[in-house]
Amino acid sequence: MQTPFGKETYLYWYELMLLLRRFEEKAGQLYGMQKIRGFCHLYIGQEAVAAGMMTAIRDDDNIITAYRDHGLAIAKGITPNECMAELYGKATGCTKGKGGSMHFFSKEKRFFGGHGIVGGQIGLGAGIAFADQYLDNDRVTIAMFGDGAARQGLLHESFNMAMLWNLPVVFICENNHYAMGTSVSRTSKVLDIYRLADAYDMPADSVDGMSCEEVHKAIDRAVRRAREKGGPTFLEIKTYRYRGHSMSDPAKYRTKEELEEYKEKDPINQALATIMQNNWATEADIEAINARVKQQVDESVKFAEDSPYPSDDELLKDIYVDQDYPFITD
Amino acid sequence: MRTIPFRQALREAMEEEMRRDSRVFLMGEEVAQYNGAYKVSQGMLDEFGPKRVLDTPIAELGFAAIGVGAAANGTRPIIEFMTWNFAVLALDQILNHAAKMLSMSGGHFSCPIVFRGPNGSAGQLGAQHSQAFESWFANIPGIKVISVSNPYDAKGLLKAAIRDEDPVVFMESEVMYGDVGEVPEEEYILPIGKADVKREGTDVTIVSFNKMMKVALGAAEELAKEGISAEVIDLRTIRPLDWQTIVTSVRKTNRLVIVEEQWPFSSISSEISYRIQKEAFDYLDAPIRRICSADANMHYAPNLVAAFLPDISKTVKLVKDVMYQIK
Ligand SMILES: Cc1ncc(C[n+]2csc(CCOP(=O)(O)OP(=O)(O)O)c2C)c(N)n1
Ligand SMILES: [Mg+2]
Repeated sequence: MQTPFGKETYLYWYELMLLLRRFEEKAGQLYGMQKIRGFCHLYIGQEAVAAGMMTAIRDDDNIITAYRDHGLAIAKGITPNECMAELYGKATGCTKGKGGSMHFFSKEKRFFGGHGIVGGQIGLGAGIAFADQYLDNDRVTIAMFGDGAARQGLLHESFNMAMLWNLPVVFICENNHYAMGTSVSRTSKVLDIYRLADAYDMPADSVDGMSCEEVHKAIDRAVRRAREKGGPTFLEIKTYRYRGHSMSDPAKYRTKEELEEYKEKDPINQALATIMQNNWATEADIEAINARVKQQVDESVKFAEDSPYPSDDELLKDIYVDQDYPFITD
Repeated sequence: MRTIPFRQALREAMEEEMRRDSRVFLMGEEVAQYNGAYKVSQGMLDEFGPKRVLDTPIAELGFAAIGVGAAANGTRPIIEFMTWNFAVLALDQILNHAAKMLSMSGGHFSCPIVFRGPNGSAGQLGAQHSQAFESWFANIPGIKVISVSNPYDAKGLLKAAIRDEDPVVFMESEVMYGDVGEVPEEEYILPIGKADVKREGTDVTIVSFNKMMKVALGAAEELAKEGISAEVIDLRTIRPLDWQTIVTSVRKTNRLVIVEEQWPFSSISSEISYRIQKEAFDYLDAPIRRICSADANMHYAPNLVAAFLPDISKTVKLVKDVMYQIK
C-alpha cells in the first residue's frame, strides 16, 4: 500500500495500538477474576483513534474524554503500570486509587480525565481551551465524546460558545454506533453526527476511525486550524467497540455479522499489513514488538498486584486543597 | 405468600397502573428495547408497545422536560433515570418546573409525574456514580420523596406515586434490584407519608431508609445478641416526613440513632434531629446521633469505599455509645 506516512510512524502506531489492545484484554480477564471492580469500559476496536491522534498533536496539547478512557490515557503517556494499578484501586495508580477505570487523570501528561457523566466533558473541553486562549498558550484541546453523548444539550451550548469565542478546541465524536444498547439511528433524525456543527458554522468532517492515517490527517488539519487561531472543528470519527458497552453488557442488540465486518477492518491488522507490504519489518521484528508489549502488560499486572491500597486516611484527602478544612465526622 | 425480586415488584406496579390508566407511560434511557439498564422494565415494551414505553436519547434535561410538559397537559408520565446521579442534569425541570407548576399557575396546572431510578452507591463506582440524593430533593417544596428498602414497600408505594396528583421522586437502589421479598398477588397500595416499624424494640430507636435499612436491621440483630433491644423504623417516605412515628418510638426507647447514606450536612438526619428534639425533648435520655456517609466524595479503592459508608459495626458501636455502654 502506498502511503505518505513512513516506517517510524507505522511502527509507532502498530506498537501503541497493540499495547492498548493487550492491556485491555488483560484488564478484561482481571475483571472476570474480580481484581478490577466497578464499571469497566473497554476501548478494544477503537485504538486507531488514539494512535492517529497522537501523531497529530503535540505532547503539551490537552485531551479530555469520557469513562472509556484507558486507551487514550496510555496513548497520552500515562504508564501501563499506573493505569493497571488504578484499575486495581492501588495507591500507585494514576489517581491514587481514587478514580478507578472511569477516572484516569494526569496533569503532567495534560490528560484531563476520565468523566462519568455522559457529555459533561464536551463543555469542559471548551473551558480548557478557553483557559489556554486566555493565558496566551498555543495549546490545543481535544474534547472526546461518544455518539450517545452527542445528543446531550450541552453539545449545542458548547459548540455555540466555542465558535463565538473562537476557542482552540477540536471536538471529536467517537461514533462507535452504539450508546449502551441504543444504535445511533434510534436517537435522532440526524444520523450524520458531524452535521450538528452546521448549525454553528463550525467546520466538520466525517472520518474513518479504523484507519490511523485517516484519523491522523483529519486531526492534523483540525489542530493546525485551532493553533493558528482558526477556531474549533468538529470531527465525527466512525469506529466500533468489539466488546459490550461495559463488562456487564452481553451486546445482544447487534449482529455477529456487523461485528465481523468491523473486525475485517481491524486497525492493528491494517497497520501490520502496511508495514509488511512495505518491508518495514521482518517477522522477527514484529515478534519482538509483541514480546515487548506482552512484557509491559505483564509487568503492569505485577506492579498493581504488589502495590498497596491507599491508606484509610485518604478518605478525607483531595476533597479540598485547603488542608485545614473542618470536615463533619459525626 | 409468593416472593418476587425487587425489580419485578417495581415492574408490576408500573404494569398494573398502565393497564388501569391509559394516560400512564414510561420514558427513559434503555427502558424499552434493552428492557431496562437494570431490567426493571423487562417485557413492558412487548405488552404496551412503543407509544407507552419509550427509549430516549441520552438527554436527561430534555426528556424530563417532555415529561413535565406532558404531565401538565393531561398525561401521567413515569420518567426513569438510569441513576439519580444523571438526574441532576434534569434538576432544573424537577425543581424549577415540576415542583412549581401548581403554585406558579395559581392552581391551573398540576404535574402528576413520577421520576424514578436507582440512588446511592453500588460498589466501587467512583465519585460521580455513588451519590445519595434524598436530602437534595426532600428540600424542595412541591414534590414528594419516596425511598424504598424492599419489594413489598416498593410496589405499594410506586403504585401510590403513580396515582398521586403531585410530582413524586422515587428512589431505588442498583444493589437491591435482585433482593427477593414477599409480595401478595392481590392488589394493594401503601400510603405515601407513613413510616413503618420494621422491628420492635424497647432500648433504642434506629431510623433508616433505602438500602441502609439492611445496616439498621443488621445492627439490631447484633445488638439483640448483646441484650440491647432496638426498634427499627423504615421511613419509606422522606417528604412528607412521618416524624410522629419516630416520636412514638422515642417516647418508648428514649434514644435515637439515624443511619443514612446521605452526606452529613443538611441531611435527613439533620431534619429528624431538629424535629425530635423539638417534639420529644423531654423523652430523650441521650443526644440523638447519626451515621452518614463520609463528608467527602466517594473514592474507588475498596478500603476507601468501606471507610466512606455506614455499616453494621459502626452502627452497633454508636448505639452502644448512645446507651452509655462505651467507657
Ligand atoms: C448523564 C448520563 N446519563 C446516562 C449515563 C449512563 N450511561 C453511561 S455510558 C452511556 C452510553 C454512552 O454512549 P456513548 O456516548 O455513545 O459512548 P460509548 O459508551 O459508546 O463510548 C450511558 C447511557 C451517564 N453515565 N451519564
Ligand atoms: Mg457510542
